[in-house]
Amino acid sequence: MSGAEAAPATVTAARSAPVAAEPGPLREIWFRLRARPSAVVGLVIVLALVGMAVFADWIAPYDPSATNWGAVRTAPSLAHPFGTDEVGRDLLSRIIHGARASLAAGLTSVALAVTLGLPLGLLAGYAGGVIDGAIMRLTDALLAIPFLILAIALAAFLGPSLTNAMVAIGLSATSIFVRLSRAQVQAITAEEFIEAARAVGNPPWRIALRHILPNIVPAILVQATLTIAAAIIAEASLSFLGLGQQPPAPSWGSMLNVAKNFLDQAPWMAIWPGVSIFLAVLSFNLLGDGLRDALDPRQRN
Amino acid sequence: MTEPAAPYPLLSVRNLSKHYPLRSWWGGTASVFKAVHDVSFDIRPNETLGLVGESGSGKSTVGRAVTMLNPPTSGHVVFQGADLARLTAREMRGMRRHIQMVFQDPYSALNPRMSAGAYVLEPLLLHAADRSRAELREEVAGLFERVGLDPRFAGRYPHQFSGGQRQRICIARAIALKPRFIVADEPIAALDVSIQAQVVNLLQDLQDELGLSYLFISHDLRMVRYLCHRVAVLWRGGIVELADSETLYRDPRHPYTRRLLAAVPVPDPAAERRRISTIGLAEPAPQGAGHVLTEVAPGHWVAQNADG
Amino acid sequence: MSAPGTTKLLEVRDLAVAFETRGGMIHAVNGVSYALETGETLGIVGESGSGKSVHVLAMLGLIPKPPGRIARGEVVFQGRDLLALPDKALRKVRGGEIGFVFQDPMSSLNPAMTVAAQIVEPLRIHLGLAGAAARRRARELLDLVRIPDAGSRLDQYPHEFSGGQRQRVMIAIAIACKPKLLIADEATTALDVTIQAEIIALVRELKREIGMAIIWITHDLGVVAGIADTVQVMYAGRILERGPVDDIFSDPRSAYTLGLLRSLPDLGVRDVRRLRLQPIEGTPPDMRLPPAGDPFAPRNRYATPRCFLEAPPLSQAPGAAPGHLVAAWYDLPGQLARERPTP
Repeated sequence: MSGAEAAPATVTAARSAPVAAEPGPLREIWFRLRARPSAVVGLVIVLALVGMAVFADWIAPYDPSATNWGAVRTAPSLAHPFGTDEVGRDLLSRIIHGARASLAAGLTSVALAVTLGLPLGLLAGYAGGVIDGAIMRLTDALLAIPFLILAIALAAFLGPSLTNAMVAIGLSATSIFVRLSRAQVQAITAEEFIEAARAVGNPPWRIALRHILPNIVPAILVQATLTIAAAIIAEASLSFLGLGQQPPAPSWGSMLNVAKNFLDQAPWMAIWPGVSIFLAVLSFNLLGDGLRDALDPRQRN
Repeated sequence: MTEPAAPYPLLSVRNLSKHYPLRSWWGGTASVFKAVHDVSFDIRPNETLGLVGESGSGKSTVGRAVTMLNPPTSGHVVFQGADLARLTAREMRGMRRHIQMVFQDPYSALNPRMSAGAYVLEPLLLHAADRSRAELREEVAGLFERVGLDPRFAGRYPHQFSGGQRQRICIARAIALKPRFIVADEPIAALDVSIQAQVVNLLQDLQDELGLSYLFISHDLRMVRYLCHRVAVLWRGGIVELADSETLYRDPRHPYTRRLLAAVPVPDPAAERRRISTIGLAEPAPQGAGHVLTEVAPGHWVAQNADG
Repeated sequence: MSAPGTTKLLEVRDLAVAFETRGGMIHAVNGVSYALETGETLGIVGESGSGKSVHVLAMLGLIPKPPGRIARGEVVFQGRDLLALPDKALRKVRGGEIGFVFQDPMSSLNPAMTVAAQIVEPLRIHLGLAGAAARRRARELLDLVRIPDAGSRLDQYPHEFSGGQRQRVMIAIAIACKPKLLIADEATTALDVTIQAEIIALVRELKREIGMAIIWITHDLGVVAGIADTVQVMYAGRILERGPVDDIFSDPRSAYTLGLLRSLPDLGVRDVRRLRLQPIEGTPPDMRLPPAGDPFAPRNRYATPRCFLEAPPLSQAPGAAPGHLVAAWYDLPGQLARERPTP
């Protein structure tokens, strides 16, 4: 209706006119992401967490595993800004190192889920027929089991370790990406430019990789960011249950598990890992929502 | 049905049908929807055949059946001696260098994540990959020039172009392989009036230069008359009239053709007011369709058993 | 002027509308002024980006704000400035005294409501009609727009109607409250030619029966030829020409109007294939940087140096019929006369 009217052609073809520097697609996405304060906040926290995890050895004031029997469960102080735990370890150092487990679990498990789910979804959506039926029935079966329950069951089956927890979370999240990429492929395949691609003689594999894949990447990216948040919660839950990161290596989930025994004597032992999980999850969700808006082609003008 | 014989056809379409089974909810075929039924026509070298019809007439279905993008249920499409309907997928992909298509909506016909240059280059990569990169880049720049676009815009993405410019990109891509035949499915319908004439002139110039044949699918009878040598009127999946364009517009025989021509607005206020006052206010009742063509004058074919 | 009435129903004064975007301010409408008399049919012709639809949406308070913004102007309808009216009062005008029909009959009707319910809605809001009386009136309206067997079709849903019938239903809704003004924005663009012709004939007849004024917005000059009293050609957010319909077609004074007329192939001419269409070269200006002068000047072969520097005002065209206004520094008839003798 009025949309086309309000947005006139951005380019005039005057042959003599100098070519204006138009932003490329990536720059444009950055511009639109930047216009959303919540997304910027999310991005800043994500970057801070990543920095914390990468440089933990340099930032952390103490060895996260070093016990100090002279300073057991001390309240936050100048020497220990976050306090200490039941064996006198510095909580700030453990939170900083714990970011590694959380982020590694979030990123690795989602990377695994995308690596498995995207090709399967692409295949199901583009090939259709029996292949689609088989892949989708399997996916439906997996989606029928709640994400966290499935992850716990798989982790228990594989045995307690951070690596196994990541594999369990990744496998549990795979079906999300199969389903999403299949739906995206089907939507893109209905577009006229896919027909145009066939009309010039593109073989099917080239249509899938060159024409369909680049157009579904944005949706996958958004979903991946949101799933990282869910995976961080899942890792914390598994570690809380003793199925993830093994002591004495720090993890926010296992820190919470220990802290629950000292809630009235040393509440700070629970507060810091709790706040950390909350911030990590919130920041990935904010970033994901911002990306969703920034990548939406309908917002173009 | 026999179709208008033509000397040296480049493309012969014979008894082309596209039927869709309508499944009932418990499975099984309840009935068949005949989107296109028993359509035959020829296109000569260097000729433009107009295919005119309203929505639901099956005109786009014909275009996609002829190019095997949506192959016909039955019938033959003979191009340079080869029946396209009998080719394997691989053979058909090779054949596409001679048969190209321009689509209606230049907004959805361009891959939003491919630059204009990459889009025009793609057919060359697929069918002429033995040439060097520099040669191909040169070729793409030449194609941009040919369709009236600045080659410096090759790095831009579709959303940075206007509708008319996008359609020029599509045309550059279609002529990249110097095809013999182009199906143009409503190529100007989505463009502004002042831009439509530019694109029509471009299509005509390219025809003269490259010796192209067009199947020009359109609902715009004014442009069809201007661009096409012969015109076929499609109604409810069948051709009801086919003649050279002068004859068809001067002496329409089928009642539907007459109704269609009478509906075209005239850019003359006095004549237009007269025309409107003769139009019935209510929608006319649907008429029965019959599609057996007979030659009423040399080269002028009309479906005869339609209601008169 | 050819308009039947003499009282001003609508007066648009120096209306300007802009949209804020990241790429800059889009100046969609740049100072549009015109008047519409009671019972007059005004055809507004323009391409996308001309501001023809935006200015009408703006005066009805239908553009999203932000990003839209009415920069300046007044729209006086029956003595009241619509732009200064509070939302509630404006809602009473919309769909009541001013009815409108949009381009897409598919998405303008609610697929989950029966046709009767959708026709009754404006009757209830604006006339307080309900129950059997409203239903009776809805049936009359369907009869009026010539939908056969109206009684049995009242309780059907939009998907049970064809595209042309849906547009008839839209018209029934628009005229439900006997509006003083009907605004049709590309109302036949999405329809087949045969249906378009029927809808135009219907609207012309309804106008005779109801006596309303009409603003008919379209990109197709041919469509307004038959129904408009006055034609107004818009380009890049401005009015370039305005005048009685016959004069616009026989004696165009703006090079843009002439270009539009010439890029239409004429069905009356014989052997058209030998001729060449005369398109308007170039593309419309970028409305983020509207040109200082005549916006059409870069595409106009008759443009004078002054056209590029200073925007011409819309004023009486010299030697033309009274009320035939043009915004041009160049003299089109003079230029054309000079061209003609050349071999």
